[in-house]
Amino acid sequence: MMERPDRKRVTSWVVINTVVVLYAMIPVLWIASLSFKDPSTFTDGSFIPRKWTLDNYAGIFENDDFVRGLVNSIGIGLISTFVAIVFGTMAAYAIARLTFPGKRLLIGVSLLIAMFPQISLVSPLFQIERALGLFNTWPGLILPYITFALPLTIYTLSAFFREIPWELEKAAKMDGATPFQAFWQVIVPLAAPGMVTTAILAFIFCWNDFLFAISLTSSNAARTAPATISFFTGSTQFEDPTGSISAAAVVITIPIVIFVLFFQRRIVAGLTSGAVKG
Amino acid sequence: MTTPAPATRRALTEGQRSERRLGLWLCAPAALIMVLVTGWPIVYSVLLSLQRYDLRFPDDRAWVGLSNYAVVLTNEFWWSAFWVTLVITVISVSIELVLGMLLALAMYRAIVGRGLVRTVVLIPYGIVTVAAAYGWKYAWTPGTGWLAAMLPEGTAPLTDRVSAIAIIILAEVWKTTPFMALLLMAGMAVVPEELLRAASMDGATRWQGFAHVLLPLMKPAILVALLFRTLDAFRIFDNIYVLTNGSQNTASVSITAYHNLIGGLNLGIGNTMSVLILISVAIIAVVFIVGFGTAAPGSGR
Repeated sequence: MMERPDRKRVTSWVVINTVVVLYAMIPVLWIASLSFKDPSTFTDGSFIPRKWTLDNYAGIFENDDFVRGLVNSIGIGLISTFVAIVFGTMAAYAIARLTFPGKRLLIGVSLLIAMFPQISLVSPLFQIERALGLFNTWPGLILPYITFALPLTIYTLSAFFREIPWELEKAAKMDGATPFQAFWQVIVPLAAPGMVTTAILAFIFCWNDFLFAISLTSSNAARTAPATISFFTGSTQFEDPTGSISAAAVVITIPIVIFVLFFQRRIVAGLTSGAVKG
Repeated sequence: MTTPAPATRRALTEGQRSERRLGLWLCAPAALIMVLVTGWPIVYSVLLSLQRYDLRFPDDRAWVGLSNYAVVLTNEFWWSAFWVTLVITVISVSIELVLGMLLALAMYRAIVGRGLVRTVVLIPYGIVTVAAAYGWKYAWTPGTGWLAAMLPEGTAPLTDRVSAIAIIILAEVWKTTPFMALLLMAGMAVVPEELLRAASMDGATRWQGFAHVLLPLMKPAILVALLFRTLDAFRIFDNIYVLTNGSQNTASVSITAYHNLIGGLNLGIGNTMSVLILISVAIIAVVFIVGFGTAAPGSGR
């Protein structure tokens, strides 16, 4: 098991790792490089900026639409994630621990929704939301986001909940803990990591969405950042949108990179748990 | 889940009854939202697909039976979009399977820097698709891009159908291979290490161990990963929207439906396409589950 890796094998793994790192990082570094390029050097085709500037960043934060888009993205993402986690936790607890009719049906429906083509929902929702006055509002995006985040949260959380040694709660009560203490000091710490992971995955989903965001909005009242970026093209005060689009792309990527760096192990566990446990 | 053994039969039914009630109540909010936000719209979508309903001529609304379906199914742009979607789906999922397997092996077996590899791989997964797509778009734009700079003078790959589709596939593969790799790695992790060791003791080469021991045992995981990714690839939208917006006949079915709906404001035709896409996705899922015996996640114990 713990045999000393010889130098040749280590070298070949270093090469493989380098390839993987380059694969993942080059497209990201390229967009970052573009965002730091002085507009006069956009057309030099160089991977590394020849003339650095922060003007592109200054520009997008002076753009009210983009700032508003960021606020919308964060607000809509957090609310959708919160609701999906609360309802998803309740359902996942029931699925993992209780026997009741309709359990398989709920699992089946969640699976159907996870595989559902979003465009098939956009077409009717476009009309329904306009009739209900939800079009171009936060709830108009929050509702479909919760719906598509729920299958993810239910699957991931029920897989996590199956792993929790629930007998510990009983043991704590026998040792004299009150029911609340048993829950708060034993069960919550065991369940929290899974819930944090699931929340991150759900938030990434909402943060990433583009189709709902461009279809169900018509102004910066609810348009999220990815959708706002796509409207930079030709319709803003910037003459050439390349720099502002790149800078905005980097800004909306940063939260994801931070999540990934801090929670790598958990995210991998979360992404794979639902699929394998079956 | 096991419930404490009841003392009497009556206690059992009562305990079970309260457990059922709790279970249903706990699931009610999630189920209600999912059904309200998807169930009614699907029915409504089917109803709209049976009407002539163009928001530019709202007074001309009428029930037209299946004639929208006849219009769409005889339209060359729809079929172009359908084949483009199918080509993108088949090619990108095939490449992802091979690359994803290699990546999964690298993440699973790495003896140095395992954490590093597993971390950077999550960046393509997490990055906003639209942001990455702009990166690819500029990289291939003549004059701006570092990749376009390597091409012969005067080539504009995004303005030619075949090369544009190739770039769309590249963007899609780059972004989603890590997800495929993670699912495959999870499948690798459940294969007992002893089996591989036993095979190599019996004189199997590394390749034989992989092809005859690991792969067959990973089959369920591979099929689930393929199912997920195929359905996901079939609804491709973001990458195409940014890279070509469907020009040069590179539109996917989702892009075409979107253009008819939001651009054309034709609710009848847009919803007809939505229903057809839904039917296609259902067929793909049935083929996987019935044809290949893919275990639907959550169906087993």
